[in-house]
Order: sequence, then C-alpha cells, then structure tokens
Amino acid sequence: MLTFNTLVGVCFLYVIMLFLVAFVADKRARRSKVRFLSSPMIYTLSLSVFCTAWTFYGAVGYAARSGLEFVTIYLGPTLVMIGWWWFLRKLVRVGRSQRVTSIADLVSSRYGKSNLLGVLVTLIAVIGTTPYIALQLQSVTLSFAVFARDRSAGWVIPDLEQTAIWVAGGLALFTILFGTRNLDVNERHHGVVTAIAVEAVVKLVALMAVGIFVVWGIGGGPQGISAAMEQAIQAAPEGAWSLQGGRWVGLTFLSAAAFLTLPRMFQVLVVENVDERQLATASWAFPLYLFLMSLFVIPIAVVGLAILPKGENPDLFVLTLPLYFEQDGLAMLAFLGGFSSATSMVIVASIALATMVSNHIIMPLWLSTRLGVDASEYRDARQILLSARRLSIVGILALGYFYYRISGGGAALAAIGLISFAGVAQVLPAMAGGLFWRGASRSGAVAGLITGFAIWAYTLFLPSFGEAGVISASVLADGPWGIAALRPQALFGVDGLDPVVHALFWSLILNCSVFVSVSLLSFPSPLERLQAAQFVNVLDQSGPARGRSFNAATSEDLLVMAQEIMGSDQAQAWFQAQAEQQGKQGYLPDTTPDFIGRLERELSGLVGTATAHAMIGQILGGTTVSVDDLLAVADETQQMLEQTSQLEAKQLELTTTARQLSEVNEKLTQLSIQKDAFLSQISHELRTPMTSIRAFSEILRDGGANDPEAAARHASIIHDESVRLTRLLDDLLDLSVLENGQVQLYPRREVMRDVLDRAIAATSSVIDQEKMHIHRNRSDEGGALYTDTDRLAQVFINLISNAAKYCDAKDKRLAIRVRQRGGRLQVDFVDNGSGVPLESQSMIFEKFSRLSDQAAAGGAGLGLAICREIMDKLDGSITYLPGQSGAAFRVTLPIGTQSPFGRRWPSDINHL
Amino acid sequence: MRSPREPLFLARQSYRRRRIEDAARLLPLLGVVLFLLPLMVGGVIGNVRLAYVFSSWFFLILFAMLLARHLGRDAEQQPTGAQSKPEVPTEAPTRTR
Amino acid sequence: MTRQVLVIEDEPNIAEAISFILSRDGWSVSTHASGTTAVQAVRDAKPDVLILDVMLPGKSGYDILQDLRSADDTRALPVLMLTARGQKTDRELAERLGVNRFMTKPFSNSEMLTNLRELVGG
Repeated sequence: MLTFNTLVGVCFLYVIMLFLVAFVADKRARRSKVRFLSSPMIYTLSLSVFCTAWTFYGAVGYAARSGLEFVTIYLGPTLVMIGWWWFLRKLVRVGRSQRVTSIADLVSSRYGKSNLLGVLVTLIAVIGTTPYIALQLQSVTLSFAVFARDRSAGWVIPDLEQTAIWVAGGLALFTILFGTRNLDVNERHHGVVTAIAVEAVVKLVALMAVGIFVVWGIGGGPQGISAAMEQAIQAAPEGAWSLQGGRWVGLTFLSAAAFLTLPRMFQVLVVENVDERQLATASWAFPLYLFLMSLFVIPIAVVGLAILPKGENPDLFVLTLPLYFEQDGLAMLAFLGGFSSATSMVIVASIALATMVSNHIIMPLWLSTRLGVDASEYRDARQILLSARRLSIVGILALGYFYYRISGGGAALAAIGLISFAGVAQVLPAMAGGLFWRGASRSGAVAGLITGFAIWAYTLFLPSFGEAGVISASVLADGPWGIAALRPQALFGVDGLDPVVHALFWSLILNCSVFVSVSLLSFPSPLERLQAAQFVNVLDQSGPARGRSFNAATSEDLLVMAQEIMGSDQAQAWFQAQAEQQGKQGYLPDTTPDFIGRLERELSGLVGTATAHAMIGQILGGTTVSVDDLLAVADETQQMLEQTSQLEAKQLELTTTARQLSEVNEKLTQLSIQKDAFLSQISHELRTPMTSIRAFSEILRDGGANDPEAAARHASIIHDESVRLTRLLDDLLDLSVLENGQVQLYPRREVMRDVLDRAIAATSSVIDQEKMHIHRNRSDEGGALYTDTDRLAQVFINLISNAAKYCDAKDKRLAIRVRQRGGRLQVDFVDNGSGVPLESQSMIFEKFSRLSDQAAAGGAGLGLAICREIMDKLDGSITYLPGQSGAAFRVTLPIGTQSPFGRRWPSDINHL
Repeated sequence: MRSPREPLFLARQSYRRRRIEDAARLLPLLGVVLFLLPLMVGGVIGNVRLAYVFSSWFFLILFAMLLARHLGRDAEQQPTGAQSKPEVPTEAPTRTR
Repeated sequence: MTRQVLVIEDEPNIAEAISFILSRDGWSVSTHASGTTAVQAVRDAKPDVLILDVMLPGKSGYDILQDLRSADDTRALPVLMLTARGQKTDRELAERLGVNRFMTKPFSNSEMLTNLRELVGG
C-alpha cells in the first residue's frame, strides 16, 4: 500500500539521488573529466526539459479532448531539430563565440549590447514563464492529490497549497545549490544538466511503461486500442477528432518557435552546449525522444476514456489508470515521471530566468549606482552577482507559487501552456532577424518586441484570466469603447479563428512588420553594425573579431575587477595565461585590443554582454566608446588592407616623384651649367671683337700711326670687327628665336634647284675668294618642295660657306647631291677636305663649338647650331656623315604636301 | 594512365559533402510537406492517418540520423563546412575513354 | 736697354693692337698665337714681362701660368693676364696660380702700359 509517507519518502530519495548525480557530475566536470558529460546523449536528454509536466500528463488529456492535435507540440521541435543545419547550427555557433548567457543576452548582444533589449526580453520571459512554473507546481500538487483521493480510507493530503509551497521551496533549494554554486565562466551547469538527463530517462521510461501496460496489459494489444479509438471518436463531441488546419499549422509553428525562444530551451540548447557535434546527434536523437514520448499518448487516452469512469480528469490518466488497476509500482513510476518533468522544467527555467534577471536588471542597476568608480569598488561584485542569482531564483519560484495561488489552479491554468509559448515566441523575429539579416536594427527589434508583446497580452494573455479578470466580458464581446474592430479575440474583424491561432497570427505578423519596417527606416549604431556582422557571418569566421583599442587602461585595474567577478584564482590564472601568450612574465598582460576583447567575452560569460561591456567601459575611462573606435574595429581588417595598399601606392608615388624630382633637378643643374657656360661664351665672343675695336680706336684717338697705310689698316680692322660683332648678335638673336619656338615659318612651294641656286648665289663672294668648285647634278634637283625655303636656304648657305672656309684641300671642291629616300629628301654636302675629327663629330652642332682656331673665319660658332634648330622646325634633320671623302653633312627633310603641279621625285635613284 | 579529369574525381568527396549539406537544408522542408499532407484529406482522424503521421515522423528521424552521421563527423574540425580533407589519390588507375 | 715683352694671344687683331701700342712705347714685342707651344716660346724669348691670354687654342692660359710658376727659370716672370671672360672666379683662379696683373678685355691701352711698366719695375 502506498502511504503518503511512502510517496514523500520515495520523492525524497529520488531528489537525494538527483543531488548525488548532480554533485558527482559537477565534481567530474571540475576535474575536467568532461568526456562523459559532453557526450551527445547527455545533451540530447537535457533537451527534454521541453517535455514538462504539462506534456507528460497534459498530452494524454489533450489527446482525449482533441485527438491527434497534441502531436503538433512535438512536430514543431522535430522540424527545428532536423533543420539544425539551417538555424540551430548558427545559433549555437553565435552563442558560443559570443559567450551568450541567455536569450536576452543574445538579443541584447546582437543589437549593439543594448541593455534595453535585454530588459525587454527578460520581462517577456518572466511574464511568459511564471505561469508555466505555476503549471508545474499545479501538476505536482494534483498528482499528490490523486494518490490522496484514491486512498480515501488511507490518508488525506494535508493541504494542496502546503504541498505546492514545499515543492517550490525544495526546487528553489536544489536550483540554488547546483545552479549558482559556482560562477562558471561559460555559464554551464554540468551537475544540473546531468541530473536533468537522468530525469529525462525517468520520464521516458515511466511514460513508456504506462503505455506498454495500457496497450498490452489492459487494452488488448493494437487491435484493442484501434477499437477503443473508434469508440472514443464516436463518443467525442462533433469535430473534436477532426484536423483543424489552422490549429494544426499554427500550433506546429508555435511549438517550433517556442522551442527556440523559451528561456529554458535556450539554456540547454545553446548555453549548455559544449561541442557542436552534440547538435548533430541531437538532430535525430531528440526527435526520436519526442516520438517515443508521444507514441503511447493516444492509446493511454482512448483506453482511459473507455475504462475510467466519466468525469475523470483526462490530464491525469497516466496516474489514474495504473492506480485503477492497483499497479502501485507503476503508479509510483508514473508519479516520478511527472515529478521529474515538473522539476527539471522548473530548475532549468529558474536558472535561465535568474541569469537574465540578475544580468540584465539587477547588475545594471547596481552598476548605475557606481558610475565612475575605480576597479577596487568592484570588490563585492562577485558576491553581489551570486546573491542576485539566488534572490532571482527564489523570486521567480515565489512568483510562480503566487501565480498558482491567485489563479486558483484548474482549467484556466492548463491553458497557459500554449499562451506562454505564444508570449515567448515574440522574441523569434528579433532573434532570427538578428542571425540572418544584417539590416535588423535595435530600434526595429525594440519596436517589434513591444508591438508583439502588447498584442499577445491584449489578445491572449489578459483574456486568459477569464471574464472576471483584467478584460471584462463586455470588452471581450464588443471591443473597448464598443469598437468591434478592436475586440481582443477578433482583431480587425478576423472572427472565427481559434483564440491561440488568432493571437499568434496577429502578434507575429505585426511584430514582424514593425520590426522589419523600423529596421529599414532606422540607422544602426556602429556597435550594432559590428555585432550584426559578427552574428550574421558567424559561420564564415574562423575566430572572433578583435576588439577596439584603448588608450589609458592599466591591466592592474582590470585584474582587480576581474578577480572580483571571476574569483581570484581563476582571474589570476587567466591573466597569467594571457600574459604568457603575449610573451610576458607575471600577471599583467598588455592591454591590447585583442586582450580587452577576450576579457570582455570572458566576463560576459558571467554577467552578460551588456554589463561586461559597461564594466570594462567604466574601468577604461569612459562608458561610451567613440564612433571612430568602433568603425575602426568594424572594418579593421579592411582598413588595414586598404592602408597597406594605400601606403604602397603612396610609396610608389613618392618614389616616382623623387625620381622625377631628381631628374628635373639634374636637368636644372645641367641647364644652369649650360647657361653659365653659354653666358661665359657669349661674353667671350662679344669681348673679343670689342677688344680689338677699343684698342685700335684708342690708338686712332691718340694720334694713330704715322704711317697712313697702317692707319687705314687699323680702321679696317675696326670695321671688320664691328661687322663680326653685328653678325654675332644677329646669330644670337636668330638662335634665341629658334630655340624659343617663336619662329614664324613661311612655307611655300619651290623647286629644290632654285633654293640651291639662291644659296650658292648668296655665298658667291666667299666661294670666289676661296676658289671652291661646286659640283651639282641639276637634273636631280627638279622636285618641288613645300616648306619655308628661305630658312632652308639659310641652312644651305651656312653649309656652303663652312665648306668654303674650313675645307683645307688645296683644290677645294664641294659636291651637292639631292635624292629621295623613303618619302624624305636628302641633300648631302660633301667636300674634299680632311673632314671633322671623330671625337669632335658629336660636338659640332653645339653652340660656340668652333673647331678651328681660325677666328678669322669670322664665325662665332653658332652656324651649325642654328642649322640644327632650323631643320628641327622644318621637321627635318641635319647630321654629320662620317666616312666620306671629306667633311660631309646630310640635310634630310620631308617632301611636304605633294603638289599636283609638282614633278614627282624620282625615287631611289642614285645619280653619282 | 591517369585520366586528365582527375581533379574532378578528387573533388568528389567535398562535392558529396556539399550535397549532403543541401539535403540537410531541405530535410525540414520535406518535414513540413509531410506534416501538412494530412490536412489535404478532410474528416475524422482514423487509424490510417495516425499511422501516417507517426511513420512519416519516424522516416524523418531516420533520414536526419543518416545525414547527421555525415555532417557531425567533422562539424567541429571544419567550422565552415565548405571543404573536406583532400583525398589521397587512389592507387587504382582511373581510366576514362 | 729695351725691355722685352712676349704677347701670347690667338686673336691676330688683338695681338696686332698690343704690339703696336707697346712698340710705340719703346718695348721690344714678340707674339705667339698657340697655347701648346707657349711655354717653350717663353723659354726661347726670355721676356722681361709676359702678356698671356686665357682662351688659347690647345692649352689654356691658366695651364701655361701653372707650368711657368712651377719651373725655376720662369717662376719669377711677371705675367699680365688678359681674359675676355670677366667673371670673378676667373680672376680668383688666376691669382691663386700666381698672376701679377689681371685685366679683362676690352682694356684701356694706357692702363695696360701702366701695368706693364709697374711689372718691370719702371
């Protein structure tokens, strides 16, 4: 016989067993023997906190009332798990790389470490979870009551409220002991997780045992069940067992969303995840767990409906069926299963909520009282954090208990499961958008969350308190102020929908719309954009991005603060390891951006992202980080690359400029030297004739020579020298004009023969004087030219007179040959002298490069320089031809526009 | 003689892995379709539909298990999941004609 | 006793002018036009004073001066240098090499005579 004392005793033993399991697991974890703990199976089983007492007991009741629909609660999570490659993989990767401590932390961290969002999500979570905790307390209490009622003669359960308070208190104790015993850097609770895995096994075994007993023990095997089901369908009210499309789809989606956003699910899925391979296994193993959990639900329901007396609460068939058949052991097991479901949910949920409340509400409040303090003021931070956690746990459980007391239990509470799901599902748009859309902004997330939450509260949560609750019957029926469009359960006239589906539809649709449109319209802060990039691209990153740079942070301050939060030993060890990594001795690493970033992540594992960010911000002087700093981080790599390439480009540019400058400098130096030499030359060339002129003019002035012949000679010298001087000046001017490019050309059509004739006529005096003989072949000279023939004649005159003056042959001859080569005209002047020595050939076209010392020749040494300038202007050239019989110059010039009247040049005919 | 198309052959393993990833992405869609199918048929839920829902559920689990075996094996070593280890060329000559 | 002067100058008109001026003043003048053979010409003529042009074909007046100053027999020979380049550097170079008088062309006849007389201690 089961007595109350036995029941309590078994419960007590069970709890002690859990304590032991948790204790041993914690100890092993501390000794780093985590191989067993990090096994994918433990992870998978810990996910079973999804299956609470509501699903353990309630699924059968659900099936008894609505048939197959209960399965949607499991199909949603199944879809999420088998689609892990899409979503969960990314979520877990983000959670691990950002050291996320809770779903509130995730959202806060994603949107620029915004504490407002952290608070918002925490509030939603608390409001959504508290009724759920109340539900668990109710189920445990009810299950106690079942035993009490059935043993009418045996014992009377003292007081349901009393039981609930004991249960709540016991759970608080367990949670505090194992949930806040240590402040783990990763916020992982190996003990708790292991205990929950054990409870998961108990749940499954219990439900399957009852199921097997029902099917093969009393139900008559599958055939019997099938028959019982037919019977149940007949007996059920109209439509109860038919599939309602809206609810089927809506509830599947809702359970999928809740699976991701429930604080306790986030805790086990993401925070407690040790290794990504766990996820791969859980992707099929957890759906299998759910599959097995739901396999016997319908058999138990239909057999219960068929066998148990009418009016029996179907929610407790799992307990009442074994009791009805006096299977005390089985009933005991079923009770433990339900107990496990309830306790595991409450423990994990309260840990998750306590983390959120302490990190996002209590710590920021505490920090705000300590603005602008130094590190030593964080002395009590660790203690405060732990106390905050413990207080939060107690507070959350107390809240759940009071909710249970106020709601008074019953059917209203049973409905809270789905309502709670719909509440926390409001976080989904912000979470999913944050993971997949870089444009999702903080403002959008806040607006979407508030909208969704408000609509959920208005359409589902508040009406759930019943007509006597917050929303009156008249408002429910006619809408506030009689506005029908605002009726809570028929918003905008959408009538006839199931209330849950209706609320889910409107809240999520509007949540998403507001979230997306505000995100599109707002402009995120740099930190948000940085975080957005890190979240969205988490699968592409090999390592976490580096932090920003700080100026005047002493690592000692940071160590003092970290010691208070992480604990002295752990903080010192960590700092030492970091210092070692930097190649330093001791405990004080350099405050590199990298180090700061890692410290912040390390601390955020304890106090949440926003708080850690704020704490480090305070220590580092300045709670705000400048936009420039953040932008610098955001595109650090990019910038480095850009800077490098910019530097390279700049260097290249500088090198080029330097080279150009040195070239220009060299040229200028050369020009300066040339100019000096030129001036010096000019001075010489001018002074030389001047000297003779002055000397002889003074002689004449002073009476002159007595001999009239000598006097006449002196006068003629003065005359000659003045002519020389004038010619020199003419040449200089000519050259200057030519060199400056100011020369005006007067091209005209003329036959080459005529040009040569003119040149020879102009030099006839010197030719006659020197008795030079000129050879020409006049028949070759018939081609027409189109050029400035006066200038060309000037060149010819120069060459002819040079030949006359400098040819040193006894019998002077000059041959002038004209011919066409490759579209150009060549005129060669070859004399029979000794020519120009090889070493001088390169210099003869330079200014003042007079070869002979025969000043009597009368030239200033500018003739050939002028010739060269003229030929340049005429697009031709003048060169010295070595290897001829004497001095030889070749003048080349383009033929010019071919005139229709002109005779074509005979091509390539050599006439000599 | 080695075939000139050998690089394709060598890339086969990573190619296969990418297709497995594709399958893993498509699996939840398949699940949605399978779970929506019962809605196509109206009326009361009978044995057949019950069996259908549970068997398609089980089928999905099996499928997920097969995929997870391939994907989970090197999920940790290769965070990007884009490439796989270079395959050692097989000794057996591959001939193409 | 007539004083000997050697004029090394390549411009014939200038050489003629100097010769005329000096002869009329009672000097015994000889001229030489080449730079290359100038030093030998000095040795041969053994003048009391030397008039030396800078720009000479073959060898510049500075080189000739340097040669004269490094040889024992000509070290003390008074030299009057003439140049058509009136730049400061030219004068400095000449003075460094040990020139006695330095005149730029064109010069004043009387000034030249004065300089020459001073050089021979007249």
